[in-house]
Amino acid sequence: MLKVHRDICGYCGCCVSVCPEGALELIDAYLCVEKSCTSCGICAKVCPLGALEFVNEKPL
Amino acid sequence: MKSHYDILVIGGGPGGAIAARTAAKKGLSVCLVEKRSAIGAPVRCAEGIGQVALAEFIEPDKRWISAEMTGAAIVAPDGTKMKLESSLAGNKVGYILDRKFFDRELVWQAADAGSDVSVKTRAAAPIMENGVVKGATLEYCGQVMDVTADVVVAADGVESKFARWCGIDTTVPVREIMSGAQYVLTNIDIDPHSTVFYLGNEIAPEGYLWIFPKGERSANVGIGISGRKSGSGHRAKDYLDKFVHKTFPKGRPIEFIVGGVSVCRPLDCTVADGLIIVGDAARVVDPLTGGGIYNAMVTGRLAADVAADCIAKGNTSKKALMAYDAGWRSSKMGKSIERNYHIKEYLIKQPDEKLNAIIKSVSNLNLTEFSTITLIKELMKVNPKLMFELGALAASLR
Repeated sequence: MLKVHRDICGYCGCCVSVCPEGALELIDAYLCVEKSCTSCGICAKVCPLGALEFVNEKPL
Repeated sequence: MKSHYDILVIGGGPGGAIAARTAAKKGLSVCLVEKRSAIGAPVRCAEGIGQVALAEFIEPDKRWISAEMTGAAIVAPDGTKMKLESSLAGNKVGYILDRKFFDRELVWQAADAGSDVSVKTRAAAPIMENGVVKGATLEYCGQVMDVTADVVVAADGVESKFARWCGIDTTVPVREIMSGAQYVLTNIDIDPHSTVFYLGNEIAPEGYLWIFPKGERSANVGIGISGRKSGSGHRAKDYLDKFVHKTFPKGRPIEFIVGGVSVCRPLDCTVADGLIIVGDAARVVDPLTGGGIYNAMVTGRLAADVAADCIAKGNTSKKALMAYDAGWRSSKMGKSIERNYHIKEYLIKQPDEKLNAIIKSVSNLNLTEFSTITLIKELMKVNPKLMFELGALAASLR
């Protein structure tokens, strides 16, 4: 599943724009992840800071 | 806040503010909501805008202009520099804004014109009836309220959700999101009246790095790289830090921000029944420069004009609102987006050697009009081969 490293996240919304499922939402300074996340990995790739990580799953 | 408005604007950036200001000036009842607790902050922008473009919407004011630009420079991957100047020496060609104050001024003007404004207010869901957008459910400090409107203007930026909730796919392709990072650096030696653009696969793959002066010894130093080139150990911040350590070792950051900029084509359709999408949310950022302020204001203004017309005629269906979609696409801005998209697609495919050669071909250019299109035309004059490579596109530029 997707883990948001909140100490790293710059709450910029870059990840939100590329999510094919619409599973991410930026509420002010808080990134929300919805159940529709398929762990596709796109958001983690584009994050300018590396704040997103997939854990407890097979490597993508 | 009332329970019904003629127009509900979601998002308090330049697109939303100009939509609200325009509509309120026409005498419509308008409400603008902004999810963040302050208009203008945090900044997600390099803050550059052309002098002529800005003047179309607001009288320049030093309270929100950080610096005036008289020229620009493009630096090739091998370090060769090309200087761009206005054919009128010393002529002001653009500004670096202070978005924290600029955005406030625009929203202030919308409020002055009669628009309601509500900050820390999030549109949590659209109100839909038989597929028609009728308003939004808003959340403000624990309160939840339904606000209906004849037309909702989605101006919710790159992280836009509203249009998607209304059934429109707004996903930006990975290769067409610019993953960005920027410092406001002080204590640096720069030309305070010239922007600088650095190109190259080592510096900023499929994007560019910029220095946009904010004062005599300070600047926005930022970068955008293609999402497909981003990954662990080679993200926007990594590239930016490498450049800053090398170029400005004595620079001191007083701000660090990140962001995403779409450089894809605009949404296939920017309206739905009862809904108009503007600015970054409509993906109308200039795909070549990544500039979004002007295009957001153009679409914001047109959205208000068309919405007012449709409301007066009692028909806010998708078909009626299509005048907005057709309007911006056929405008100078719409055509420029399409043309610049092709130029961007050409440029990102060029190896560094090619970029070096193009930039080396001319060290100084005096431009009659300070625009990317004039620049490309001038470059084609000295690089006739470019004409063949750009193909049909080159023909359309003549």
